[in-house]
Amino acid sequence: MAQYQENAIVTRIEQLSFDNFRISFDSPQITADSRPGQFVMVRSAEGTAPLLRRPFSIHQVDANGNLQIYFKVVGKGTQLMSQFIAGEEVSLLGPLGKGFEMKKDKAVYLVGGGLGIAPLLLLTARLAENYTEPKKITVILGGRTKEEVEPLVENFTSYGVTVLSTTDDGSFGDKGFVTNILEKQVMSTESMVYTCGPEAMMARVYEISKEKGLACQVSVEKEMACGMGACLGCCKTKADGDYTHVCINGPVYYGEELQWAK
Amino acid sequence: MGQINNNSLTVDIGSLELKNPIMTASGTFGYGREFAQLLDLEKLGGIVVKGISLNPRPGNPPPRIIETASGMLNAIGLQNVGVDRFITEKMSYLQKKDVTVFVNILGDSLNEYQQITERLRGVNGVSGIEVNISCPNVRKGGVAFGTNPKMAEAVTRTVKDAADVPVMVKLSPNVTDVAEIAQAVEAGGADSISLINTLIGMAIDTTSRKPVLANVIGGLSGPAIKPVALRMVYQVAQVVKVPIIGIGGISTVQDVIEFMMAGATAVQLGTANFVDPVVSQSVVEDLARYVEEEKLDSIKDIIGVIHKDWLPLNN
Repeated sequence: MAQYQENAIVTRIEQLSFDNFRISFDSPQITADSRPGQFVMVRSAEGTAPLLRRPFSIHQVDANGNLQIYFKVVGKGTQLMSQFIAGEEVSLLGPLGKGFEMKKDKAVYLVGGGLGIAPLLLLTARLAENYTEPKKITVILGGRTKEEVEPLVENFTSYGVTVLSTTDDGSFGDKGFVTNILEKQVMSTESMVYTCGPEAMMARVYEISKEKGLACQVSVEKEMACGMGACLGCCKTKADGDYTHVCINGPVYYGEELQWAK
Repeated sequence: MGQINNNSLTVDIGSLELKNPIMTASGTFGYGREFAQLLDLEKLGGIVVKGISLNPRPGNPPPRIIETASGMLNAIGLQNVGVDRFITEKMSYLQKKDVTVFVNILGDSLNEYQQITERLRGVNGVSGIEVNISCPNVRKGGVAFGTNPKMAEAVTRTVKDAADVPVMVKLSPNVTDVAEIAQAVEAGGADSISLINTLIGMAIDTTSRKPVLANVIGGLSGPAIKPVALRMVYQVAQVVKVPIIGIGGISTVQDVIEFMMAGATAVQLGTANFVDPVVSQSVVEDLARYVEEEKLDSIKDIIGVIHKDWLPLNN
């Protein structure tokens, strides 16, 4: 797997809601090799504050070498990133990690919660390319409020897939959780579930998939320093009690590989 | 760009000649291969691989790392594949490269240090051993080898007697008098001394009202510790004759020059590799430029220069 450290140029910044942003970079090398579920490490500032890069799922790529990430402002690094200006040079490292395993022409369900929606857009794009009936791809998007869901819906529907939305407060789509919608789906055991979002949500999505006899791929996150298997900081506990490193063994796993909090 | 194939950058670590003074620190550069797509390992003065114990160690539970002001805390827990798998799985790649490789070793008893060293005898591609003496000695009630001069000397002697390559001993800064420990490991036969390992620290999550790290405490590294490391290199340079390898928050050529002026013959870049995986190679290029601009015959000319005005070096 090729990896690059690239001085990318910020091409576009979109503020989707009060603290959710999307940034596009001109980053031809990383873009060319990116697969759904992989991530990039972004250096939010020169100097030592913040010191380390931060990992972000690859949200979208295009044929012109543009790569986009989707994030929420949660700390100093993301605050600085939200203030990037077009034309600015930013160091990206990637593409990193193992992506999603994709099946062809099967009915699949993509379940995203909050910022966990990020990697599912590139996955949708790649899946849809290979489906004779993109409608067989069902995307379930959830968030706390309208702001976390509505701005992204159009990107998904543009691929001709089925999109179902839900919010905790009912301000957009169904009131409730993505898991309520997933439970109601009639699925064949040939289907595949892909999910990314808060840990508790993914645990429930995995549980539902298991009950229905479906394979479920989860994309997890963990604090990490290097992103390339050197620092051994991003460890998670596997089902067998051993440790796995999210940066090189993940971030995508099959649900049964990991230990889930009860 | 400076011509870096001449020998103005070479330095001597005892009987070993390094292409240049820039090495990568243990635990921050994997086994080298992880970085080989992004930089040319053969351009570096040397690499120190992830610490190896006699048997594999799983490491600590998560969370293991947290960023702090201009630095980071880690409590990886010395996770490694063990010496046997290291030799069979990790060395073959490095053997094909023209790169000076130090193997960092750690143990819980003198016997473990001895056994690891014996396994490394005759292994092709191993240029030197770096001894991590910050581990607790289980036989002596868990007191770290590196905090007691007698134990530090004993572990150095044990490794030195068993080794067929030069031995570098890595000092812990978590001691009252680092110079005393440095003298002890020199007396134990160390061919060179590297310092500093991480400073013990902690961080608290005020929301959960718990320590951030599962291990509660962890090692602080990064630019935050550079002044402490520089001071310790300066102190140790006054009392030992063996070459010193400076470590601690080094990420630029300016940092390298400071450590060399304080008495270091070479340096190791650590946390900086996480921020910029090609930083070590960039610093080699910057150092070549510095030698050219300063019209130095050799980078060796700056080693310990600040001592001339203060205390004489012992050579």
